[in-house]
Amino acid sequence: MGGRKRTWEAISFEVVLTAIALIALVVIIAPSLVVLIVSFTNGFSLKFPPPGYSARWYAELWNAWQLHFAARNSFVVAMWSTGLSIVLGVAAALAIARSPKLSARILDSLFMSPLVLPALAFGLSALMLFSLIGLPVSALTLVIGHTVVCVPYVVRNTVASLAQLEPTLLESSSILGASRTYTFRRIVLPLIRPGVIAGAFIAFMSSFDNVPVSLFLRDAATDMLPIRMWQDLEGKLDVTIAALSGVLIIATVALMAIMERATGLSKRLTS
Amino acid sequence: MAASVPRDVTSYSLGLAAPLALFFLVFFVAPLVQLLVLSLHNDTAGAAWGFGQYVHFLTDPFSLSVLGSTLLLGAEVTALCLVLGFPIAWLYHRVGSRAQTLIILIVLLPLLTSVVVRTFAWIVILGRQGIINATLQSIGVIDTPIRLLYTQLGVVLALAQVQMPLMTLPLITALGRIDSNLEDASCSLGAGSWRTFWKVILPLSLPGVIAGCTLTYAAAITAFITQSLVGGGQMLFMPMYLYQQASTLQNWPFASAISIIFLLAVLAVVSVFGLLGRLSRGYGGA
Repeated sequence: MGGRKRTWEAISFEVVLTAIALIALVVIIAPSLVVLIVSFTNGFSLKFPPPGYSARWYAELWNAWQLHFAARNSFVVAMWSTGLSIVLGVAAALAIARSPKLSARILDSLFMSPLVLPALAFGLSALMLFSLIGLPVSALTLVIGHTVVCVPYVVRNTVASLAQLEPTLLESSSILGASRTYTFRRIVLPLIRPGVIAGAFIAFMSSFDNVPVSLFLRDAATDMLPIRMWQDLEGKLDVTIAALSGVLIIATVALMAIMERATGLSKRLTS
Repeated sequence: MAASVPRDVTSYSLGLAAPLALFFLVFFVAPLVQLLVLSLHNDTAGAAWGFGQYVHFLTDPFSLSVLGSTLLLGAEVTALCLVLGFPIAWLYHRVGSRAQTLIILIVLLPLLTSVVVRTFAWIVILGRQGIINATLQSIGVIDTPIRLLYTQLGVVLALAQVQMPLMTLPLITALGRIDSNLEDASCSLGAGSWRTFWKVILPLSLPGVIAGCTLTYAAAITAFITQSLVGGGQMLFMPMYLYQQASTLQNWPFASAISIIFLLAVLAVVSVFGLLGRLSRGYGGA
């Protein structure tokens, strides 16, 4: 089968789709590469290609205490939000993952809704609630706000892991006399751990990078890194920010590689 | 007692969801209800009830144009993501497992990179001294730098790059679920590759297309940072409009009304996509 005409048609199809895919992949990574290259400029502007190369802006970064302060705040808030998301999210995922009940489906939609609703509208509404109940904006309000927008990632990834868990494993464990707690600790937890970790990783990254919620829920003492960078960029194009971006890109790529090895991140997100 | 009653050991009590449900009730649902209540006040002090803020928004040509351009922006970004993302998902299923991992990690990179960093990168690329202008000038296509930054085109490009994973990941999942025999059957019945693509692969992947479009659209119209930095001061979209009214002008009732209208707009789009999704699953017959 397959005449000459059809072969040409098949080739044209393959070539067009492969070409678009490759162009798209280049477009996706190009911006990160551009930032990395520009951050090693020896000049004062963000010209591409740079006139020459040096690590001077990375050295400059070493003394930028305002950025260090903001980075520390972002890190602390992200750690707490991720921890809280894991505790609340994994428990909720266990409850709703295998339940056929309508209430479980409704809860699932509720827990996923921060993913599609505008975070800025949520940030404003949370600020109004906190001012109504007299809770001043602080690291605590930031952690609460971030947890709402980050917990969906933990719930979704944990639910996906639980869906792939063989029910027969739990039954065998029970028949062999193991208690529910023992089965949970020795069978369920180890099997869903990669999913929980992958979800927690994405939750952490999105908290560390959150702007719309932080904008409303922070005060002067809780300057956050992405907001500091955003405000710096609105004024002028600072090469120090390019160096900081370089650090963040390298850290992101390294963390992704670690997560890929530890949890099979790529397979986890496509199944 | 425990031993005598056979219990379903494969599922857990719904009560485990109670802490998160309570947390959401207090810190997510209650704030949104309060937002709705505040938007129903005509004055900034919150004393006079009424639909004044909504009337103000819906009769003001400027506000309506901001809403319109935001919805249009979402459509443009979603369309571009679909055109670029579908071939990536298609390629994913035609390469070996190492290349598959590489594709996923490339696609994920912008999602996990800081939003300010990736937006900053587009400023460097699209700027007057940026790569595109420098290249076009050096090969003599243009004499003076063209304006790319602070244009609709620039915002659409930057957003499409950032939101690509939200489109590509559901598509990869959807394409993986299509029985490859169907493709072979279509080919052996005489349909060419293009015809098979339009008549078999695309319809069967519709659930993934719709899931991807929903996420991409919602993310694109709410992308505050990218819109403000790449769009600049000249282009105003709903998130910045909301932020200006709330933060700079301290007009909370009007900001609340903007938020509610924005929320409803997003929900309307998500519901329409959801409806299409249910129809497409029926159509796909899977």
